[in-house]
Amino acid sequence: MNDASLIRVENLYRYYGAICAVQDVSFEVSRGEVVGFLGPNGAGKSTTMLMISGNLAPSAGRVLINGVDILDDPRAAKADLGFLPEQPPLYRELTVDEYLAYCARLNRIPREQRRKAMDSAKQRCGLDEVGHRLIGNLSKGFQQRVGIAQAIIHSPAVVILDEPTVGLDPIQIREIRTLIRELAAEHSVILSTHILPEVQAICDRVQIIHKGQLILESSIEGIQQQLQGNSLLVGFKNPPSGDELAALNGVEQVETLPDGRIRLRYVPGHDPADTLVETAVAKRWGLKELTPEQMSLEQIFINITCSDESIPGSNAVSGGAPAEDAA
Amino acid sequence: MMILSIAGRELRSLFLSPLAWAILAVVVLILSYTFLVQIDFFMQIQPRLPAIKDAPGVTQIIVSPMLGNTAFILLLVIPLVTMRLVSDERRNQTLSLLFSAPVSMTEIILGKYLGVVVFLLIMLALITLMPFSLLIGGTLDFGMLASGLLGLVLLLASFAAVGLFMSTLTAQPTIAAVSSFGVLLLLWILDWAGKGRSSEAETLFGYLSILRHYESMLKGVFNSSDVIYYLLLIATFLILSIRRLDADRLQH
Repeated sequence: MNDASLIRVENLYRYYGAICAVQDVSFEVSRGEVVGFLGPNGAGKSTTMLMISGNLAPSAGRVLINGVDILDDPRAAKADLGFLPEQPPLYRELTVDEYLAYCARLNRIPREQRRKAMDSAKQRCGLDEVGHRLIGNLSKGFQQRVGIAQAIIHSPAVVILDEPTVGLDPIQIREIRTLIRELAAEHSVILSTHILPEVQAICDRVQIIHKGQLILESSIEGIQQQLQGNSLLVGFKNPPSGDELAALNGVEQVETLPDGRIRLRYVPGHDPADTLVETAVAKRWGLKELTPEQMSLEQIFINITCSDESIPGSNAVSGGAPAEDAA
Repeated sequence: MMILSIAGRELRSLFLSPLAWAILAVVVLILSYTFLVQIDFFMQIQPRLPAIKDAPGVTQIIVSPMLGNTAFILLLVIPLVTMRLVSDERRNQTLSLLFSAPVSMTEIILGKYLGVVVFLLIMLALITLMPFSLLIGGTLDFGMLASGLLGLVLLLASFAAVGLFMSTLTAQPTIAAVSSFGVLLLLWILDWAGKGRSSEAETLFGYLSILRHYESMLKGVFNSSDVIYYLLLIATFLILSIRRLDADRLQH
């Protein structure tokens, strides 16, 4: 175990009746890290987050927050924890100031520091203007910010955010993302989302959960590498036959697209671009386009989560299998 | 400390909703009506009272029946005050704020309970002003009044504990209200079951009935077994509430 790891989750299981919602999930998050938790609806994201935050008791397994077991000593563990559930826990009849003051008291912030904690949380979440307004009258975006302010008011070591940018407009989303990046300076952040660009924009590490199991755990750089797809898009003035292209070294599959361009899939690591260019010149195919195709995170996500055999699939699954190594 | 914060929030939210004000207004209105009727009755029979040996006093004729009425009206009203305590938070999914804060389940329940009890004490203070207004024209039997008020406080605290527990069972405030009303009414009329039975059954059901203990305190009889009955009832329902809230984490 790493001393710097603020969250440690060991073999977490959770059953709802006979349904296993989370199955053998283990991971660690170190200080200063932002971890993105990805998964389709019903994959077990929220259940996992509820368990890490102590809202739900695991059926088996352990959760350590800053080295403290959340079941053995919930009070100490929860003091280091800020949680924003999917639905922000707001009292609509209170004003933002009243609500945050209550949260500060609940989190045992000493009386003389409360004012400061509240001001700093409000300032960080852009709530300075709305302190005196009723939470029920705020827009969804502002309510979401109040929810985040509530989670960070006591400067917890660990911040858990369940879909923090849901329902926000693009500008607010950008602000919240900046805020999360700032938080990562002193806190560890876990956030769940199903918006993939968000993960690419703010996370250091990605975990994909599907049917209750962690099926991919990778740094963002690792993901970026995987995004380099293994196919080329080529266009010719005098298109050769498919057989000629298939004969090139490394080419696995040739596919003619409706617009006349051709997609060449190749064995990972055997980029046939050089050979292709040489051959095209020699045989006067009239090469006019050569584009390496980039996979989007969406595709990886879909590949992993939609294939029935899950990971150890073959290339027959559309889009290739860059994910299989990592999983 | 944590209990006080939670109680404070609870009380604040109660007074921020129109429900609390409406309840206070209606209860005071109805009770002042019964109070006036009782005074009227006293005025009618007052000339005849000196002729009777050991005649009942003002406290017995006006105050005790009024406190009796209060208990019955609050039996109808308290479920409405307690119904939202937990069920509303569960429905609005605000419970996770408390669950992820460094606060124990016991503190949550005691905080909520304290909040609602303080509200009931405020209501009781308004109601108590009526008997005290009689001091303008005479004097009261303070011992009897104190015993009656103590009984009423214990009774209301028991009602609140039952209501709180019923509220932890559901996510629908109306269901919490209806079921706590049902339980309270059942406890109220439980002694009917013992009528005409063997003396043991009658004693047993009489002891279980929430009303019997109050009646004796209204008469000015202070019996520690009555007080213990209420304290046991309150403790039982509070412990059940804590257990129930804790079970929220275990299963859904």
